[in-house]
Amino acid sequence: MRSSYLLILILFLISGFSQTSQAMAPENDPCLKCHTHQTITFHNTLTKREDKRLMNPLYILDKDHFSSGVHAKFKCIDCHSADYGKYPHNAELKLEPLSTCLDCHGGDAKYAAYQFEKIDTEFQKSVHFQKSGESFTCSKCHNQHYYQAKSRNSSEVGDIVKFSNEMCMSCHSNNSKFQLISDKLKPALSQIHEWLPNQELHFQNVRCIECHTQVVDSLSVSHNILPKEKALKNCVECHSKNSMLEASLYKYKNLQNRSKIGKLNSIIKNKSYVIGAYQNIWLNYISILIFLLALAGISIHMIARIAKK
Amino acid sequence: MNSENKIYFYPVWLRVWHGINALGILVLIFTGINMQYANPGFKLMDFELAVNGHNIAGILVSVNYILFIFGNLRTSNHKFYRIKLKGLSKRLQLQVEYYTSGLFKNQDPPFPLSEKRKFNPMQKVSYLLVMYLFIPGLVITGLGLLFPELIIENVYQVSGIFLTAVLHASLGFLVSIFLIVHLYVASIGKHPLNNFKSILSGYHDLNGH
Repeated sequence: MRSSYLLILILFLISGFSQTSQAMAPENDPCLKCHTHQTITFHNTLTKREDKRLMNPLYILDKDHFSSGVHAKFKCIDCHSADYGKYPHNAELKLEPLSTCLDCHGGDAKYAAYQFEKIDTEFQKSVHFQKSGESFTCSKCHNQHYYQAKSRNSSEVGDIVKFSNEMCMSCHSNNSKFQLISDKLKPALSQIHEWLPNQELHFQNVRCIECHTQVVDSLSVSHNILPKEKALKNCVECHSKNSMLEASLYKYKNLQNRSKIGKLNSIIKNKSYVIGAYQNIWLNYISILIFLLALAGISIHMIARIAKK
Repeated sequence: MNSENKIYFYPVWLRVWHGINALGILVLIFTGINMQYANPGFKLMDFELAVNGHNIAGILVSVNYILFIFGNLRTSNHKFYRIKLKGLSKRLQLQVEYYTSGLFKNQDPPFPLSEKRKFNPMQKVSYLLVMYLFIPGLVITGLGLLFPELIIENVYQVSGIFLTAVLHASLGFLVSIFLIVHLYVASIGKHPLNNFKSILSGYHDLNGH
């Protein structure tokens, strides 16, 4: 009897932990048989032997990572040619243009809420597109195999920040990736942000895009990455009553939380405190009142002292 | 050292502590207001400068507080802060009556200062509150905000950093109100500048008060 309870408990725990990852399409099994391994074993028709060779690391898929992504339920051939089913793959298949994100997401009412067309318009204004053109595809930042819609679905701001910044860091703190689109060496981030007080704290608690994009109210995440000279350098844009963070990083969380638990609660439950951004109008009034009362008391006393002299 | 009408109330260590404390707190209030009420339309100074200035002045005042504690422990100055609870409300009432009425009738203060009494009951209570409650509270919460990783993340589901920040700003506000009243009360005497001269020279002139 006890063991059956234990079994139920284990099953319950497993089902709870595996909520975020989804089962992959069984049609992918033949592909994953090779593309999840560091090596590939095949029958070499020249030597007539079984040969074991290294897999190109760029073609190795992290299965667990994939099954947590937004495209987890996709079949490989939804995006890649069905002819890849044959091995050895036909070399000419590489010449086929790959599907772009907008091929599926553009003009589809199902994805209207994501506003992919608007994202594309904004992206085309960005420094990434201006410098690299069409070759800077969505997948440069949003890895199509592993992407998660964190800024929409995560309830933890820290989680959103980490995921978003890792996207930027994948190139901006990795010279070999950075040089795929630039001839220069990547700048040292800690040096170019030397002016920023509490640098580490900022990097952990706000997204790079908070200062490096033009915020568009109607978009969940702004995609117009600005050139460095136009990046925000004015502290009070965030550290103020009408903090810009309310319109960007905390937008989703705020909208969600405020409707559920009210504005004050959403502020006091938030782990990050932004100086200047949480000005309570009543506390402001009370402090001004106490201040004025003190001044009034002193003034009356002073006048009385002068009059009695 | 003491002449007939002058008492050496403020030894060098105390004057140094008081001077650093006064200047440090002025910087903290000015930079603190800048951060708390930061807005693009409200700019007394650069936000970045305010943050750095507040951090440096905060550390200076905190270290200086250690000087205050050690100074009091090593000298007899701590005796002036001792409060007898019995009859305290009556003594406070007498002092309030003096400030609101007796002072204007040229009456003598109910608790004249002497070598044994440096502070009147109102001073004792306010100094005790400020120096042994508000300032330590500000130092602890300030250190917490300088090193947020030290702060408990959640206190009954309420953000620890938010509670710390609100407590810090509230205590800072109370200290700034204290400062205004402290400066004004110090101007009460035969000549408004007498007490200010005393804290610089160290000598309290009994005839001047």
